[in-house]
Amino acid sequence: MSALEFRNLTVRYGTGRKAQVAVNDVSLSVPAGQTLGLVGESGSGKSSVAAAAVGLVKPASGSITVNGQNIVGSSAAARAARRKVQLVFQDPFSALDPRMPIGTSIAEATLATGRRWTSEQKAERVRELLGLVDLDPDRAKQLPGQFSGGQRQRITIARALAAEPTVLIADEITSALDVSVQGAILNLLRELQSELQLSVLFISHNLAVVRYVSHSISVMRNGVVVESGETEALLAAPTDPYTVELVQAVPILGERVEFGSRS
Amino acid sequence: MRTSKLTSPVGITAIAGIIVLAFLAIAGPLIWSTSADATAVAERLSGPSLAHPFGTDELGRDILSRVLVGARLSLVLTFGATAISVGGGVLLGLIPAISPRPIRRLITGFIDLLLAFPWLLLALFFSAIWGASAIGAMLAVGLAGAPSFARLSYTLASSVMGRDYVRAARIVGVGPFGILAKHVLPNTFAPLLVNAAVQASTTLLSFAALSFLGLGVQSPEYDWGRLLQEGIARIYVNPLAAIGPGIAIVLTGMILSLASELFTDTARTRPVSLPLRVAKRVLENVAPRVRGEKAASTAAVVEASDLRVAFPDQKGGMVERVHGIAFTIQPGEIVGIVGESGSGKSVTSMAIAGLIEHPGQVTAARLNFDEIDMSAPLSRADSDRLGVEMAMIFQDPLTSLNPALTIGRQLTEVTEEHLNLGRAESTRRAVTALESVGITDAARRLTQYPHQFSGGMRQRAMIGMGLMGNPRLLIADEPTTALDMTVQRQVVRVLHDAQELTGAAILFISHDIALVSGICDRVVVMKDGLIVEVVDARNLIRDAKHPYTRALIACVPDMLTDRTRPLPVIGQREAEPAATTEKSAV
Amino acid sequence: MTVPSPTTLPTATTTLTGSASGGQGDRRSPARLSPRVSFVLRRLGRLVVSLALVTIGTFLIIHLVPGDPVRGALGTSASPELVARTRTELGLDLPLPEQFFNYIAGLFRGDFGVSLQTHRSVGETLQQRIPATVTLAVAAFIVAALTALPIGIATAISARSGRRRIANLAASAVLGLLIVVPNFLIAVGLISLFSIGLGLLPAAGWGTFENSLLPVIALAVGPAAYLARIVHVEMDRVLDATYMTTARSKRLPGRLIYLRHALPNILTATLTIGGLLLTGLVAATVLIETIFAIPGLGVTIVSAITTKDYPAIQGVVLVYAIMVLGVNLLIDLILVTVDPRSSILEG
Repeated sequence: MSALEFRNLTVRYGTGRKAQVAVNDVSLSVPAGQTLGLVGESGSGKSSVAAAAVGLVKPASGSITVNGQNIVGSSAAARAARRKVQLVFQDPFSALDPRMPIGTSIAEATLATGRRWTSEQKAERVRELLGLVDLDPDRAKQLPGQFSGGQRQRITIARALAAEPTVLIADEITSALDVSVQGAILNLLRELQSELQLSVLFISHNLAVVRYVSHSISVMRNGVVVESGETEALLAAPTDPYTVELVQAVPILGERVEFGSRS
Repeated sequence: MRTSKLTSPVGITAIAGIIVLAFLAIAGPLIWSTSADATAVAERLSGPSLAHPFGTDELGRDILSRVLVGARLSLVLTFGATAISVGGGVLLGLIPAISPRPIRRLITGFIDLLLAFPWLLLALFFSAIWGASAIGAMLAVGLAGAPSFARLSYTLASSVMGRDYVRAARIVGVGPFGILAKHVLPNTFAPLLVNAAVQASTTLLSFAALSFLGLGVQSPEYDWGRLLQEGIARIYVNPLAAIGPGIAIVLTGMILSLASELFTDTARTRPVSLPLRVAKRVLENVAPRVRGEKAASTAAVVEASDLRVAFPDQKGGMVERVHGIAFTIQPGEIVGIVGESGSGKSVTSMAIAGLIEHPGQVTAARLNFDEIDMSAPLSRADSDRLGVEMAMIFQDPLTSLNPALTIGRQLTEVTEEHLNLGRAESTRRAVTALESVGITDAARRLTQYPHQFSGGMRQRAMIGMGLMGNPRLLIADEPTTALDMTVQRQVVRVLHDAQELTGAAILFISHDIALVSGICDRVVVMKDGLIVEVVDARNLIRDAKHPYTRALIACVPDMLTDRTRPLPVIGQREAEPAATTEKSAV
Repeated sequence: MTVPSPTTLPTATTTLTGSASGGQGDRRSPARLSPRVSFVLRRLGRLVVSLALVTIGTFLIIHLVPGDPVRGALGTSASPELVARTRTELGLDLPLPEQFFNYIAGLFRGDFGVSLQTHRSVGETLQQRIPATVTLAVAAFIVAALTALPIGIATAISARSGRRRIANLAASAVLGLLIVVPNFLIAVGLISLFSIGLGLLPAAGWGTFENSLLPVIALAVGPAAYLARIVHVEMDRVLDATYMTTARSKRLPGRLIYLRHALPNILTATLTIGGLLLTGLVAATVLIETIFAIPGLGVTIVSAITTKDYPAIQGVVLVYAIMVLGVNLLIDLILVTVDPRSSILEG
């Protein structure tokens, strides 16, 4: 059974003449306990898919379910089910309230679990999560400004985990980081996924990174899914011309870029 | 508030001023009422004297005393009006920020309508309703100031609402009032406080204006505005009768403004003469340059040795970003500089191009483009040569072209200015240039503005701009970082074609070592302002020896990375505080 | 997170002509009004709404007054018969909607009512008083604009060069002071110096060139200093932009860099602030007219408010409001013509 499933999802921005279709009849499935990589360039609609899943944007049509439960709409059931999907943002510098100690930011997310937490329970959980993401638990009272970009990204992951999600959506979480820090975050994500049996929707424009963390990949372009499949199989033998173009566009270390034919 | 703020000259003046004002407001009338009310008809309308520094009014009352006594009413009414402005404004501004769209548009539309009118008109409107009186004026000025404060609060609040951390809070289920209390208010409190203080200062002046018109405080009560009105009537007899209250108003306004400075968070950069001295010291440490030694020995396009670049830091000193590097670029060569943020790669390219301006400082034992000494001021002939033979492409295609000029104008001015070609000839060249970078329908494209081009097209247009002259060097500073992968490939191809067409050398700066190794001849690896290693790009993996280079190579995932194992990580980077790991900063 | 917020997504591809995604060529939208035309239409629509609201607002003045406006205007010693008669003359006995209708009908006829003080037609008074106010405001604006632009640009360039540090600091301090000191105080200062002290210029009156010198200067100083500061700040912002580095990398001479590349980019902000200043000037004339005894709208409204002459108040407020709305519209139209991107096209 899939943890997160999109069926015929359509997302539109604006109304009437100015309407833009960002996501056009897209169907995706994140298998339980696995990572689905969603790769696409600007304008592909991949971020709008994420926004719809966490309720930041209302789909024009189609359904989104978590473990079979619908999460679209404003009914109490839908909202409760929606809390099971958490988002890790791209920009580690705007993802944390600069005036709130990181422990408080992380604890805020426990609201999504639906249970009441005492302060001691919250403090304990915060320490636990900080340890899980390889940060010093004693730093819970510090402000975000005292952490590096990579560390802040870990904090946002910890915050997402505090909500006890079924599905984690990682939207371009390494794009704003230096290459040396990127690796650590990707490693962390893989570890957490296997330890906690998380289902992850990993969104990125970087095909190499997506390949590294995902069990299966879906390629989006202009609001439509052009190809999907298991990672190795898809990249070894892509059938859609756009996928082919994407694969060829990624520079490989040690190989000269070919300028043979005009593409 | 930081203690350093409180003890700065601004801080001390502000606090002293506030103490004086508070004293006047509380004790003024108690001390000076008698002399303010004491009529002495014999001395009426006299000019300044020792007994009456501001002179006397038509009833012989001492004007200075009246100014001191009038402080209380002026200040009380000012703060009352400010409270109305700030309170009303904050409410009117915060509500739409957390409201759903239709309510938000209604309220902000209303605010915008009110903002179209100058405050004085609004104040007159309200004054007409409540009549000429002190309270009426307070209400009038207070309400007249509310819309601008509302607009301010709304802007601050909605910028916070747009932040990712608010989105995150909404995703976990925090309601609008929770967001207001936990996120919006703490983050807007400081700027609101600053502006409230500024508002107090403006309100004081506004109130004085209304009283001055006779619409404010009515006799026998008086505030500074009223005193001013009385003084104007007698200005020929005794100018100080008007200037006196005027000074009080201005001084108080300034004190309130200074007080607002106390609340600002940002550190002020103080103008210091230090940079000049530091720069000289830096120069002295450099091996003395032998002038007149032209680079006749090699035919290198660029020669740099002991290149150092320093910038002012927040505290008024200078911080060196590039610590004495050396390298050359041969004609037709493609050299890539690879490094992470803070490595100094972009700064190096700007220094080579001679584009680092005051207050940045560039020093070098040698920094030449051909025979032109780039560290000395350039002659007109040098500038012309550089304009034709050196071209630059920057990272962000959105901002590197002038939005107010057509693409055509930005291309043709190169040849018009440096090669003295006419407009028609330059335009022909521009068409050719655009075509050679793959932009179709070039003639029409020349008449368009940058915002009508896509990101990839703009980068190609920048390359085309470089092709207008006879480029010997193209400096490309992260030209593809902001572009999609597929577009990146196109732009890189265009660069490659341009190089083949003109035989120019290329200096390609990037954080992407895979890309650099794929298109360059040589790879220069930089870290923390130093060159760590220079390797032949074609044999990068085999020849790279320095641990940092090897780590860079190993830690970036590409299409052949082993998926079963964790990625290698470059150790200490993580421990550094925020300042140096922001990706786009160099 | 890279989610485009719903309001920003459309602008990426909305342009004046053609589409921005040049790679796929141009796609002209069929049968759509040019963005400029539709902007003008929307703006005119907004003007109509604003005018309606303003008219309602001025109409309501007399009705919002706490207590009895008529008795307030006529004084406590007025006889009940006089009060009753005045009430009927002002139409206050009629139901509200009918009053409003009469008010609007009157406006269209040019009938602004009769002043309770002078018993003359308010419309006549307005006609006589408007020219002085308009002349004053426009003259002050022109003086301010012509002095602010060069000063602002010069101070910006000078401050960036890092030389003449003391002169720059002094200039900044002087400008700062001039912004803060209110115009009526500047007027007092000018009068003290030039009229009383030097005896060069008259301190009151209207009609001759000498009469207009001090009032116009007093009005213009504050806005000029403010505009100069804005121009300075804008120049700084523009000169820091990447496209200026591009211009420098093309080794263009100074005059081209400042005049051709920088100047057009400060236009939008300058014009917007200029518009705000002009409307502010319209209102600021109230203070200056009072000091210099100039027969304009300002003295009219001050005396009207003091004597509770409601018909006169309504008339003057309406005229001021119309002038302000007119200036705003003019600025928007100029902006849309001048700025190629015209982000206000979206609004």
